[in-house]
Amino acid sequence: MSEPSKPEPSTLEPSKLEPSPRDSSPRNLSRRKLITTGLAATAGIAGLSVAARLAQRYGLIPPDHGGFYGFGETLTYASQRLLTRHSLAREFSRSQISQPPFPNEMPPLNDAFKSLQAGGFADWRLSVSGMVAKPASFSLTQLKSYPSRSQITMVQCEEGWSYIGEWIGVPLSQILQTVEVHPQARYVVYFSIDPDWWESIDMADALHPQTFLTYGMNGGELPVGNGGPLRLRVPRQLGYKSVKFITHLTVTDSLKGFGKGLGSAAPEGGYAWYAGI
Amino acid sequence: MPAVRAPWYHSRVSDSACVPDVAVPIPATASAAVPTAMMSARHSALVRVTHWITTLCFFALLVSGVEIVISHPRFYWGETGNDLTPTLFKLPIPASRNLVPSGYGYVLPDQNGWSRYLHFQSAWLLVFTGLLYVAFSLLNGHFRKNLMPDGADLSWRALSRSIAGHLRFERPGAAEALSYNVLQRLSYLFVIFVLFPFVIWTGLAMSPAFVSAVPAAVNILGGQQSARTLHFFVSLALVLFLLVHVGMVWFAGFKSRMRAMITGRAATPKEGA
Repeated sequence: MSEPSKPEPSTLEPSKLEPSPRDSSPRNLSRRKLITTGLAATAGIAGLSVAARLAQRYGLIPPDHGGFYGFGETLTYASQRLLTRHSLAREFSRSQISQPPFPNEMPPLNDAFKSLQAGGFADWRLSVSGMVAKPASFSLTQLKSYPSRSQITMVQCEEGWSYIGEWIGVPLSQILQTVEVHPQARYVVYFSIDPDWWESIDMADALHPQTFLTYGMNGGELPVGNGGPLRLRVPRQLGYKSVKFITHLTVTDSLKGFGKGLGSAAPEGGYAWYAGI
Repeated sequence: MPAVRAPWYHSRVSDSACVPDVAVPIPATASAAVPTAMMSARHSALVRVTHWITTLCFFALLVSGVEIVISHPRFYWGETGNDLTPTLFKLPIPASRNLVPSGYGYVLPDQNGWSRYLHFQSAWLLVFTGLLYVAFSLLNGHFRKNLMPDGADLSWRALSRSIAGHLRFERPGAAEALSYNVLQRLSYLFVIFVLFPFVIWTGLAMSPAFVSAVPAAVNILGGQQSARTLHFFVSLALVLFLLVHVGMVWFAGFKSRMRAMITGRAATPKEGA
């Protein structure tokens, strides 16, 4: 491949008044450029394919990686997943809790919800299925029988507003441990009683110590306006990942079979699946 | 004396193009010594490519950023802010969400989905472009030669002379077709090393995931809503820069400046005398 070495052309340049060799020998310039560009392109393509393999292996590719915005979306998810695998969302002091608590806009509640609400949510169930050894269905009372935890964290909406609340519940990891998740599980898909509203998170978020099934807020019951009786809180992502009125969750190793296979309802409505930013 | 700095000089220092490094202001006649057909190298390929990618990304960020702001055109200071809390200020525009008390009787269509996708995609491309530009410019001396002002130019006298010249709307001289003046250098350096890093920082400070790993990024700024408000103001500063920049390009000669940034070559002005 390599050619016999030639004297550096610059040594042949006679005068300092001459333009620099870079400018003066276009043939040499183009060859050098060609080699450099070729090497850079080869390295780039090799680097990209290695990166793509590694990303696939370590679960750094989001389900909505296709299409025009897949490049940016994959970079965001991969980099934030690497950076935040174990980091904790910021917690605040009790004095920073927003008063009054902000209930944001919601679609109208459906009949199924209203009839459960009429019964004081006594019949509210959370069913857990999928890649678990012991599928189960939990009442609110059963969920409350686990040691309750609380966190004072911020809900941040993709629109730009935010509020801080105290969230009381049981860590999702506790429930996943109870139902004995298979080791090949990669995602938890969770569904609201509103059939149009479902989301999913990867296991890093599902097993994260601040990911709660919340049934209480600011020392009391979780108000309906804030997602009561049961809301999944994912405090390291934007509000739309914290789905209200949770009735069902399922553990899976692939998101392909859910909806359009983009991971959740959000990308089907044009929003990113991963909402860490 | 300027005659000896004729053609070879321009082609040698093509990239740096620091023609007026002589302390005395170059009289208009100086350029008369340069052959009129002479085309001098002006902007390196790296500068041109990164400039236009940055332009593209900036417009994408601006359009998507505006769309995102429309969903909640209220600004706050501190950690939190929502429809129930007092604002720092409100933009007098309608909103794309009907819960926002915008004062308008209608709601604009929600464009946040693609706007957010586009915003972050362009941000990534811009960050890579910026890193490439900064790394190569440090290595090849572009910053040192073309953007760092001369010590002499930073004296109050020289600065005030340049400012006064700008305020009098004096047409840029021949030298400025091939080199940046001191105010230009200072504003480019400010945009590259202050505004762009700050807009990236304030953007990341709004990310709940990013600040879980780097909480200082938002705590230093005084909270998540402060970061959002600062992001808005830094963006405004960048838009202001863009307007002045395009205005100055227009003023200096839109065709010749555009040609220089596209082809990399600038004609040495004929109307020197």
